[in-house]
Amino acid sequence: MGEVMKPQQRQLLYAGLAVMLVLIWIFYSANGPQTTAVLAGTVRAATLLALGAMCGMIGERSGVVNIGIEGQFLLSAFAAFTIASMTGSLFMGTIAGIGMGLMMGWLLAAMAVGLKVDQIIAGTVLNIAALGLTSFFYDRSRSLGMGKYTNIDLGPLADIPLVGTVFFSRPPLTYLTMALLVVVHIALFRSVWGMRTRAIGEHPGAADTVGIDVLKLRYLNVTLAGGLAGLGGSYLALEAVGTFSRAMSGGRGFLALAVMIFGRRTPFGAYAAALFFGFTTALQNQFQLNNTFDIPPQFVGMLPFVVTIVVVALSGLVGSMRDPAALGQNYEKG
Amino acid sequence: MSRSILRTIAVPLVAVVLGLLIGAVLILSQNASPSTAYTALVVGGLGDADAVLRTLQKATPLIFGGLAVAFAFKAGMFNIGGQGQLLIGAVFAAGVGFGIDGLPMVVHLPLALLAGAIAGAIWGGLAGTLKATTGAHEVIVTIMLNFVAGNLTDWLSANPWKDNSGNNIVARTPLVEDSATIPTLGAVPVGFLLAVAAAATCWMVLERTTYGFEVRSVGHNRNAAQYSGIKVGWIMSSTMAVAGMLAALGGAVESLGVDGRFEAGVNVGLGFEGITIALLARANPLGVIPAALLVGLMEAGASRMQFKAGVAPELIDVIQALILFFVAAPIIIKWLLRMRHDTSEQLQLGAGWGKS
Repeated sequence: MGEVMKPQQRQLLYAGLAVMLVLIWIFYSANGPQTTAVLAGTVRAATLLALGAMCGMIGERSGVVNIGIEGQFLLSAFAAFTIASMTGSLFMGTIAGIGMGLMMGWLLAAMAVGLKVDQIIAGTVLNIAALGLTSFFYDRSRSLGMGKYTNIDLGPLADIPLVGTVFFSRPPLTYLTMALLVVVHIALFRSVWGMRTRAIGEHPGAADTVGIDVLKLRYLNVTLAGGLAGLGGSYLALEAVGTFSRAMSGGRGFLALAVMIFGRRTPFGAYAAALFFGFTTALQNQFQLNNTFDIPPQFVGMLPFVVTIVVVALSGLVGSMRDPAALGQNYEKG
Repeated sequence: MSRSILRTIAVPLVAVVLGLLIGAVLILSQNASPSTAYTALVVGGLGDADAVLRTLQKATPLIFGGLAVAFAFKAGMFNIGGQGQLLIGAVFAAGVGFGIDGLPMVVHLPLALLAGAIAGAIWGGLAGTLKATTGAHEVIVTIMLNFVAGNLTDWLSANPWKDNSGNNIVARTPLVEDSATIPTLGAVPVGFLLAVAAAATCWMVLERTTYGFEVRSVGHNRNAAQYSGIKVGWIMSSTMAVAGMLAALGGAVESLGVDGRFEAGVNVGLGFEGITIALLARANPLGVIPAALLVGLMEAGASRMQFKAGVAPELIDVIQALILFFVAAPIIIKWLLRMRHDTSEQLQLGAGWGKS
């Protein structure tokens, strides 16, 4: 199973973590404000990727590839921004974003599960449609009068140096995402729903035999997963940026897929991968801001994508990461 | 025979009609007149010699982009990296176009096109080779290569190949030499003729050569192809290289024939439209031409539509998505047309991310 680690891999993970903590400590003592800024930027960039990765993960665990996350982010961000600006309530905007995500998830399910359209083509339809619709209805004059979500300090936890600023003085949707990581983990690996979900992704025929309605569960999961991407869209428009702009998802829906694969289709693994990708983004921003190093920002910008290619290639060679067996195959009742 | 042709084009045709109909509803929702809007769209794309030139210019990279997706499709692979391949082709063609002077046109222009094509073949071939050797899924790899290409071409046009004339601060290359500029014959850009020739060549290769047979065999059933002695890995690498070369030629023609230079950010999104074109053409290389002409016409007429009817040009993107939806889910149209005994296959790419 994908979620079980070999002892050597576990040791490697712990060693890596230890090295990272030491490095952070060294950098923090050398330049406190800048280290804090980079790490806070890391968490900020990781939230969207984690939400997208969870959306992709629930779909893929049930056997449905979702390359439409990019479109789900974009259209949800648009809905969240528009409703928030109309009602003057960030909360209503967030709900609208989640609602739009659910609708797009349902649309993907209707195409991929219901109409048995090739799953990759169905996702592509979502992406192109979202770009077209949001550009067509985009209204330049709208803005968020009340501003975006602001940081909430979690009591004394927020006063811890470094860690407090990075993790415990965040806006609300970031906390919600962290909570959802735990919820999705428990649901996927400790609940009946999770077991059934993994069963229809691995062997839909067998799952069908024991009485699980494969198509119905896939429909449900892909729709619900869309809600997570919808929350991602709300986060993007109402918490990270505070406005909407054309094609603002900027490829992060695709990056979320890489994060998902990198994180072995587990919530915590995906969050670790998301933090890594977020770190390269934050580093790139920091480089651009103060020109400390003589590395062109474009090369720092390439880093996460090059790393993804290497990881995907290596994982194929090593064979340690395995897809759900029925991934990408539409199920026809025999 | 004619009956089977009718069957083949029925679905795309009805998809276009349905797309335009729903587009009309959207136009109405903006308090504009669909008939004014669509008339302006057609006049803007076909009304006079200038309009035709615009349509053909818009259609050219779409043909190349559509072929780049369709060719890989035949080998059972989804090339979503047209964007990156196009950028790479555009920047390297421009590089040779402005970097060398004193050559006659018969040498310089082909050389610039060749530079773009080779760079694109390497870029696309990388994804195919990784898939063949490690099993890395081409969808993930080509998406990632799009971002890498975006950054790389950005850097090239902002640093070593930057246009330093006047006080230019934009990330762009200098204008290409006249000897590397693609000419126009009346209302027909030569780049368009190149694209049509490329489509015909693709069809010939796929349908009339041994190599094409092997490509289609791999696309049909990889294991059976392997068993019958076809070198599947080589077919995957080489088809992706050809696909990359085709998309890159689209970018090269943009640099040498339309923009006159490479400028970062100008061609963003263009590479993705090839997917719509290829699906609309049901991955048939010759079908790519009319599909690209249709979309090119809409794009060429969009600004007149905005001017005359006050409809945002992005409506075109929505219509494209709708058409794609109806082509991808032909079951809806078949039900509308009562085509019950249709045996033509639905487009399938199948499979997950890993080895297959």
